[in-house]
Amino acid sequence: MNNEATIGHAHVHRDDVGSKMGMWLFLFTELLLFGGMFILYASYRFMYPENFKVAAMHLDTLIGSVNTILLLTSSLTVALSIVALQRKQKMFSVFLLMFTVAAGGAFLVNKFFEWSTKIGHGIYPKGPEMANLSDGEVVFYGLYYVMTGLHALHVIVGLIFIGFMIVFILKGKQTFDNHQKLENAGLYWHLVDIIWIFLFPLFYLIH
Amino acid sequence: MDYVSYLDYKGKHKGLLGWILSTDHKRIAILYLVSLVSFFLIAMTIGVLMRLEMLTPGKTIVDPQTYNALFTLHGVIMIFLFIIPGIPVVFGNFFLPIMLGAKDVAFPRLNLLSWYLYIGGAFLVVISLFVGGGPIDTGWTFYVPYSLRTQSNVTLAVFAAFVIGFSSILTGLNFIVTIHRMRCPGMTWFKMPLFVWGLYSTSWIQLLATPVLGITLILIMLERTFGIGIFDPALGGDPLLYQHLFWIYSHPAVYIMVLPAMGLVSEIIPTFSKKDIFGYGPIAMSSLAIAFIGYLVWGHHMFSTGISDTSRAIFSFLTFIVAIPSGVKIFNWVATMYKGSIETRAPFMFVVAFIVIFSIGGLTGLVLGSLNTDIHLTDTYFVVAHFHYVMFGGMGLLFFGGLHYWFPKMFGKMYNERAAKWGLLLFVIGFNTLYFPMFIMGYLGMPRRYYDYLPEYQIYHVISTVGSWILVTGILILVINLIKGLLSKEKYLDPNPWGGTTLEWKVPTPPELENFQEIPTVEHGPYYRDNLIKPENSH
Repeated sequence: MNNEATIGHAHVHRDDVGSKMGMWLFLFTELLLFGGMFILYASYRFMYPENFKVAAMHLDTLIGSVNTILLLTSSLTVALSIVALQRKQKMFSVFLLMFTVAAGGAFLVNKFFEWSTKIGHGIYPKGPEMANLSDGEVVFYGLYYVMTGLHALHVIVGLIFIGFMIVFILKGKQTFDNHQKLENAGLYWHLVDIIWIFLFPLFYLIH
Repeated sequence: MDYVSYLDYKGKHKGLLGWILSTDHKRIAILYLVSLVSFFLIAMTIGVLMRLEMLTPGKTIVDPQTYNALFTLHGVIMIFLFIIPGIPVVFGNFFLPIMLGAKDVAFPRLNLLSWYLYIGGAFLVVISLFVGGGPIDTGWTFYVPYSLRTQSNVTLAVFAAFVIGFSSILTGLNFIVTIHRMRCPGMTWFKMPLFVWGLYSTSWIQLLATPVLGITLILIMLERTFGIGIFDPALGGDPLLYQHLFWIYSHPAVYIMVLPAMGLVSEIIPTFSKKDIFGYGPIAMSSLAIAFIGYLVWGHHMFSTGISDTSRAIFSFLTFIVAIPSGVKIFNWVATMYKGSIETRAPFMFVVAFIVIFSIGGLTGLVLGSLNTDIHLTDTYFVVAHFHYVMFGGMGLLFFGGLHYWFPKMFGKMYNERAAKWGLLLFVIGFNTLYFPMFIMGYLGMPRRYYDYLPEYQIYHVISTVGSWILVTGILILVINLIKGLLSKEKYLDPNPWGGTTLEWKVPTPPELENFQEIPTVEHGPYYRDNLIKPENSH
C-alpha cells in the first residue's frame, strides 16, 4: 500500500505492511527479553559445567520431546490456517486454529505435570531438597523454573491471541483479503515455538 | 479561520476526558508534558533537599536512611520518569508526524496506551513509598545483593520501572513504524529533519535495550518473592552478572536520553543561523553510529569490579570511539553557525549553553573512560558531576530549549523572551556553581552517595549547595514565565515566528486536528531556504 492511499483516509487507516512491521519489532523485544536469560544460562553453564550436567540428567527427556512435537505441529497448523483463510476455506481455517489451541493446551498440561513432579520431590526455590543440591544445581533449577515459566506465560498469551482470531474469523472480521491480525498472531505463535526450540536442548538434551 | 485547532476541537468527550481519552498525538504530547514537568519539579525538590543535607558534615536536616531514600527517589524519578521518556514523548509525539507530513503516528491507540503505562508506573512508584518496607533505598541502579536483602519495597519499585520500560518500548516501536511508513510524498530518508533522525536512532535503542532491563528487573522481583537463586551469591548466583545485564540496558539508555536532544539542536541552529545545516549526512549518520556503538560500551561502568583486563581495555577503547560521532555533531553545529546571520533569540541561547556544558560533560566522560583515571575517580563526586553535565546539561537543558522553541507553535501563545533569557542565565550560572565543585571534590576523593564527609570537603559542598539555590531560581523563572505566557489572553498566531524551514512551521499555529488538510509534497531538504543566495551566484 503506498503512502498516498495510507494517508488519504486517516480514520480508516489500514496499513498491513506497517502492522506487520510493528509485530516484527515487538518480536525483537521478546527475543531480547529471553536473550537476557540465555546470557545468564550461558554464563552459569560456563561457571558450573559439572553441576549443570548432573541437574540436566534429572529432567524428563520424554515429556520434553512430546512437548517439542506438540509445539512444532501447532506452528504448522497456524501457518496452514492462514493459507486456508486465503483460499476462503473459513471453517477449515478455524478448525486448524482449534487444533493449535488444543496442542498448546496439551503442552501446558504436560508442563504442569512436569513441574508438579519436581515440586513433589522438593525441588523448587526454598524447597526441602534444595539444601542438598550444589550451588550450580540450584542455579540450574532457578533458571529452569524462570525460563520455562516465562515461556509458558507466552504460550498462554499466544493461546489467548489465537482464541480471539477464531472469534474474529467466525464473525467475519478476519477475511481472505484482510487477515493481518491472524498473521500477527501466527508470528507470535512461531516466536513461542522458536524459543522452545532453544530451551529444549539447553535444559533437556545437553548432558 | 477555516480550521479547528487541536486545542479547540470538541470530540466525543468533553473536558478532561477529551484529553485523557484522545488518541491525537498532539494531545498525548501535552499529557506527557504536564506529567513530565510535574515529576521533574518533584525530583528537583528532592535534589535541593539532598544538597541542603550536604551543607554541613553529619546531620543537617534528615537522617541517613532518609537520605538514602532521597537519592534513590531523585534518581528513579529523574531517570525513569523524566529523562528517558523526555524529549521523544513530548516533542517527538507532537512534532514527529507533523515533520513527516503525516496526520498521526502509525498506531495512535498504542500511543495512548503508552501514556497510561507511563502514568501507571508512576503511580506504582508513589505507592511503593507507603506500603511494604517503605521507600526504596538501593540507589536507582538496584544493585544486588543489597536490593535482595533490604527491607525497603524494592519489589514494587522495580515493577514500576518495568511498566515504565514497557511504555518506552511501545513508543519506540510506534515511532519506528511511523518513520518507515508515514513519510509524505517526496520525503525521502535524507530529506527528513535531523530531529527525526535523532528520534529514529533513539527508538531503536528503546526497542532493543529496554527488554534486557525488563527481564533483569523481573528476576529481582522473582528472587525477592520466591527466593530463586539467580543473582544471590548465597544461592550460587553471581552479582556481577546483574551489573552486566543492568548496564547492557542502562548505558544505551543514556543515548536514549541525549540523542533526541542532539536532534533538537540540529533543528534550532539552522533556524536561527538562517542557513542550511552544515553536514546533514554526517549528523544523521552519527546518530545511528552513537546508537550502535553505545551498545558496546556498558563495561565501562564496571572497571573496578574485577572484570578481566582484556575486556576492560576493549570497553575503554570503544568508549573513546563513541566520543567521535558526538564530536562530529558538535563541529557540524559550529560550522553551521559560521557565517550565518545569527539571531540570538531565547531558544538559540539554550543551544549555545548546551554546547558549552555538554562539551565539559563529554570530555570529563573521557577522563572516566580511561582505565587508570577511572580507578581513582570511580564512585566519587566526579562521576556525579560528569553525568549531571551530560544528562541535565544535555537533555534537561534542551528540554527547556525545545519548550521555548516550539512553545508558540504548540499553544498559540508567547512567553516573555527577556525573562526567558534571564532565567537561562541564572540556570547556567547556578548549574556550574552546583556541579563544577563536584569535579574538584570528586578528584580529591569525596565518594558519591555518602551521608557524611570530612570537614575539608565542606567548602565545596557549601558552594555546591548555594549553586543549587541559584539553579532552582533560574528554573522557576523559566517555568513561571512559560505558565504566564500560557495563561495570557493574548493569542500568538504567527505560523512561523523564528523563520524555520521544516514542515511544522508551514501549518497554522496552533496546528489543526489532523495537522494537514492536504498532505504536503516535499521537494527540498529540510533546511532548504529559497531566499538564500546560492554559492554559485554569490561570486
